[in-house]
Amino acid sequence: MSTAITANGAVAHGGAHEHHDDGSKTLLGFWIYLMSDCLIFSGLFATFAVLGHATAGGPTGKELFNLKFVFGETMLLLISSFTFGLAMLNMHAGKRGKVIAWLFVTFLFGAGFVGMEVYEFHHLIAFENAGPSRSAFLSAYFGLVGTHGLHVTSGLIWLAVMMVMVGKFGLNDAVQRRLSCLSLFWHFLDLVWICVFSFVYLFGVL
Amino acid sequence: MNKRSLVSAARWSCVGFAALLLSGCNLELMSPMGDIGAQEKSLILIATGLMLLVVVPVIAMTLIFAWRYRASNTKAKYAPKWSHSTAIEAVVWIIPCIIIAILGTITWRTTHELDPYKPLDHQAKAITIQAVSMDWKWVFIYPEYGVASVNELALPTNVPVHFEITSDSVMNAFFIPQLGSQIYAMAGMETQLHLIANQPGTYAGLSSNYSGAGFSDMHFTAIATSQQGFQDWINKAKASQLSLDDQTYHTLAQPSEKVPVTYYTNVKPGLFNAIIAQYMGDMKMDKIGAEPAQASAIPSPNDHAKAAE
Amino acid sequence: MFGKLSLSAIPYHEPIIMGTLLMVSLGTAALLGWVTFQRKWGYLWSEWFTTVDHKRIGIMYVILAIVMLLRGFADAIMMRAQQAVASADAAGYLPPHHYDQIFTAHGVIMIFFVAMPFVVGLMNLVVPLQIGARDVAYPFLNSLSYWLTASGVVLVMISMFVGDFAATGWLAYPPLSELKFSPTVGVDYYIWALQLSGLGTTLSGINFIVTILRMRTPGMKMMQMPVFTWTALVTNILIVAAFPILTVALALLAADRYLGMHFFTNELGGNAMLYINLIWIWGHPEVYILILPCFGVFSEVVATFSGKPLFGYKSMVYATAGIGVASFVVWLHHFFTMGSGADVNAFFGISTMIISIPTGVKLFNWLFTMYRGRIRFTLPMMWTVAFMVTFTIGGMTGVLLAVPGADFVLHNSLFLIAHFHNVIIGGVLFGLFAALNYWFPKAFGFKLEERWGKASFWCWVIGFYMAFMPLYVLGLMGMTRRMNHYANPAWQPYLIVAAVGAVFIAAGIGFMLLQFVVSIRNRAANPDLTGDPWGGRTLEWATSSPAPFYNFAVLPKVEELDQFWADKEHKRAYPQHAHYDDIHMPRNTGAGLIMAAFGTVFGFAMVWHIWWLAIGGLLCMIGTFLVRAFDTDVDYYVPGAEVEKIERARLVPLHKLIENVGPASAGEKVA
Repeated sequence: MSTAITANGAVAHGGAHEHHDDGSKTLLGFWIYLMSDCLIFSGLFATFAVLGHATAGGPTGKELFNLKFVFGETMLLLISSFTFGLAMLNMHAGKRGKVIAWLFVTFLFGAGFVGMEVYEFHHLIAFENAGPSRSAFLSAYFGLVGTHGLHVTSGLIWLAVMMVMVGKFGLNDAVQRRLSCLSLFWHFLDLVWICVFSFVYLFGVL
Repeated sequence: MNKRSLVSAARWSCVGFAALLLSGCNLELMSPMGDIGAQEKSLILIATGLMLLVVVPVIAMTLIFAWRYRASNTKAKYAPKWSHSTAIEAVVWIIPCIIIAILGTITWRTTHELDPYKPLDHQAKAITIQAVSMDWKWVFIYPEYGVASVNELALPTNVPVHFEITSDSVMNAFFIPQLGSQIYAMAGMETQLHLIANQPGTYAGLSSNYSGAGFSDMHFTAIATSQQGFQDWINKAKASQLSLDDQTYHTLAQPSEKVPVTYYTNVKPGLFNAIIAQYMGDMKMDKIGAEPAQASAIPSPNDHAKAAE
Repeated sequence: MFGKLSLSAIPYHEPIIMGTLLMVSLGTAALLGWVTFQRKWGYLWSEWFTTVDHKRIGIMYVILAIVMLLRGFADAIMMRAQQAVASADAAGYLPPHHYDQIFTAHGVIMIFFVAMPFVVGLMNLVVPLQIGARDVAYPFLNSLSYWLTASGVVLVMISMFVGDFAATGWLAYPPLSELKFSPTVGVDYYIWALQLSGLGTTLSGINFIVTILRMRTPGMKMMQMPVFTWTALVTNILIVAAFPILTVALALLAADRYLGMHFFTNELGGNAMLYINLIWIWGHPEVYILILPCFGVFSEVVATFSGKPLFGYKSMVYATAGIGVASFVVWLHHFFTMGSGADVNAFFGISTMIISIPTGVKLFNWLFTMYRGRIRFTLPMMWTVAFMVTFTIGGMTGVLLAVPGADFVLHNSLFLIAHFHNVIIGGVLFGLFAALNYWFPKAFGFKLEERWGKASFWCWVIGFYMAFMPLYVLGLMGMTRRMNHYANPAWQPYLIVAAVGAVFIAAGIGFMLLQFVVSIRNRAANPDLTGDPWGGRTLEWATSSPAPFYNFAVLPKVEELDQFWADKEHKRAYPQHAHYDDIHMPRNTGAGLIMAAFGTVFGFAMVWHIWWLAIGGLLCMIGTFLVRAFDTDVDYYVPGAEVEKIERARLVPLHKLIENVGPASAGEKVA
């Protein structure tokens, strides 16, 4: 879903023709998409704000969350943003091999993040009796954090696709444009995670 | 172009037709039987009147301009370049602003005066009626008298009534059109409504929020009567063979349609709060009335609505 | 293997549904047979289904909307018939289970699958032409958006014959829409149909914002855009800002139903009021998403047929933007009776009234555009006048409902039903019909004939007043909405009048279809040779009718508002060029259609809990997209010589024509 935006077909040759997209049109569209995605997250944050205390006699965030673990997750995602930045620098420098390498590193960190989140969810459901159907609070928690996790997962798929594309097409205009979009997407997810970390985990434990 | 005249002829015949229909009937909302309803009626009339100050000229101008500046009327002035007039623009912004300013002031005042949660300013002491919507009927509990009824309620005239409303199922709305305001009935929380009946009579009541297959039959009668008549009604309920304990309540709460009027005596104390409490906190779904819930734990919908904003 | 799906899901025992199924199947079979017989499949596939041309996509949107209008109206007239007979607790002919689905489907279809595709279709058809662009920003995405909307339609139509549709009301309020109270698949159809089409709408919104911001012809400043384009811009911003909230609300409802979560349930801390807030945070902007483009239509029509520039262009733009912003701070007026405090209610009541100020200004601007004009009463203008009268009444009752004290007795009554039909039929639908008659020649190269169009107009207007004025009265009599039957016999006469009104509207629809048939058959009698049949003012009339696939051979230069009008006045319209450049165009692609088809499979499988099929559908959808992403052959160049040939064929006879009939607005006179 998130990658749909990059699929603007109208450009391949590049050049000075008046109707040619220099990429700015795609980036503008992608920004607007990110804003709409941002609204999806605001809806989920609002939901969490309303239902955050509706624990229905079940466990609270304070009892469930392990801040150190989540901090580890956070670091993985932050580092992956940094490594994506390195991939972009190499893209601008036209170093194809290094772009793929840094994308791969980014992928590993992202996958690590998703892996930790899956572990955390599994732990809550299997061992703490704190699954999403336990209370409205937990529904809101799994809804918000899970949606972010799904976004990261689709980002991982996109990363994998881009590695193949860079390998196949090199760093042509279309690939560069798509990498720029993915870069925005990846940093955006980072930003959302910072909010999740603060509002859900930090305030939950305090 | 006789089409224009046709338009207006059609319009006027519509208006005439509507007037004809209106004259022959009784508009419930325009013949309120209680103070709240009466205030709401005059609010509707005042607001409509204010808006007609703009609406009538706009409609008239539409028809007049359409007629006067029709292409075949070459005598009318034609100004093919004219598209701006600061004076006219100022007027068309300012007039709606003034009307809305007046209407807004009225709105602010009446919204506070007619707030359903606001107790009525009246010398008589209010009685409390607890209304519970179910699939698909209304249960009315009189906590001060220990009686309850299904699909019929009685209230003394000229005595303010404090309704406490909840649902033991999906969302409904409690509404007696001739007495005034309605309010939603929602599970796990209590909404409130203050009404008064000033004229004795039997009034239709209904759920005004769709609640599923049996919704259309979710109507009830509201009997406004003298103090003596009210006491008689209570006595009638007290004389009922049925008492409303956990078991009876559980049976009653099952989905049913077109339930005849039924009276109950010996209503279990705290039943209303227990109905609310079953949707709160722990999973004690079926333990109605196991313990009285603390009223303070009930979130007012106010808080929820605000939080959701 | 097939989840919850079994043969018993088909409602054999309901004669009405089976009869409909028979008719729909026969109709479809006849259509498919005819297409096969005419050997048109290849043409349809290569020219229409796979097209990325915004004009053709726009036409397909409008056709979809008109087809669904028939379905939505069938629901409407069934409801009117039921209420006309089900007096004094008579059962009528529709049992509640069926009737409840009908009113739900009516609302869902009319908003999501009639009004929305019609509006989006119009924007597709007109906006790129009005701003002098050759296409939208993302042509493939545009095709995908269309087909996603179509997949929503497919799911809703399937629900009639396989399983059932939601019986919850068109916004599916929980807890009624939760699994406990709606255990059948109806609500699931609702959720997935709206999610798929909602995704399409959001993508379309992004597409048009970028198109309008980035693809205007050289020289066209924002304040030189035609008003329809302005309203389209604001509408698309509203789409992008509002639809994500709908997505969230529906996704959380789906989580409750599929994963046993407790967002909106009665139990375990769920909060139905949260859903109601969320859905209206989307829902109120939604009504402005529908009405604003129609305001744009009226602005274009009234200026064109009054032979004057629009009065107060700047006011109009500011009013549009103001309405757009304000539409996000009024949603609570849909539930004043939920027990919010007086301060909250009063705030939302007053903010709602404030919206009526810019709306009122718009009405005055149209009035003063007519003032000292030379008004030609063609069909678009007739719809516009009918709108101005009708909408004013609807606006008045709307402001009345915005007063919380009045809403406490009018909420959920038939007064409310009358109000929103008054603004949606009298505003949106009349606007769409005006637009249909106005831009039809631009899409097809010939005008719609007027006789049947006028018959349709009068039936619609009379039918509307007959069908909905009694509902205002019924609201004042305390009749609430969504009743299958009722005890009070005093309501019946009004409901009978309303039903007769619905019959008039049926005739209006019938005459409209007849108008299309007659117009197509006699198209040679009503040709639009100049591309400017009405004496238009904006750029879409500068090119031929129908517009060539590249829209403009040379992008027009714009220096003022109503540039085309000025060009005609100064006799520099229709310039002939010595040289034409190659034109860069996107290639057609079936990827959008295929993705949406897999999306439909995914949705259907989700509805029936056929998990393997759902996963398969989703993977195929993503796979198709990836195949598309790796395709580098997505565009081509139209050689300048070919452009020159097409342009010469149009311009040479056109210039002769203009010499013959005189310079002033040749189009108007020829037509």
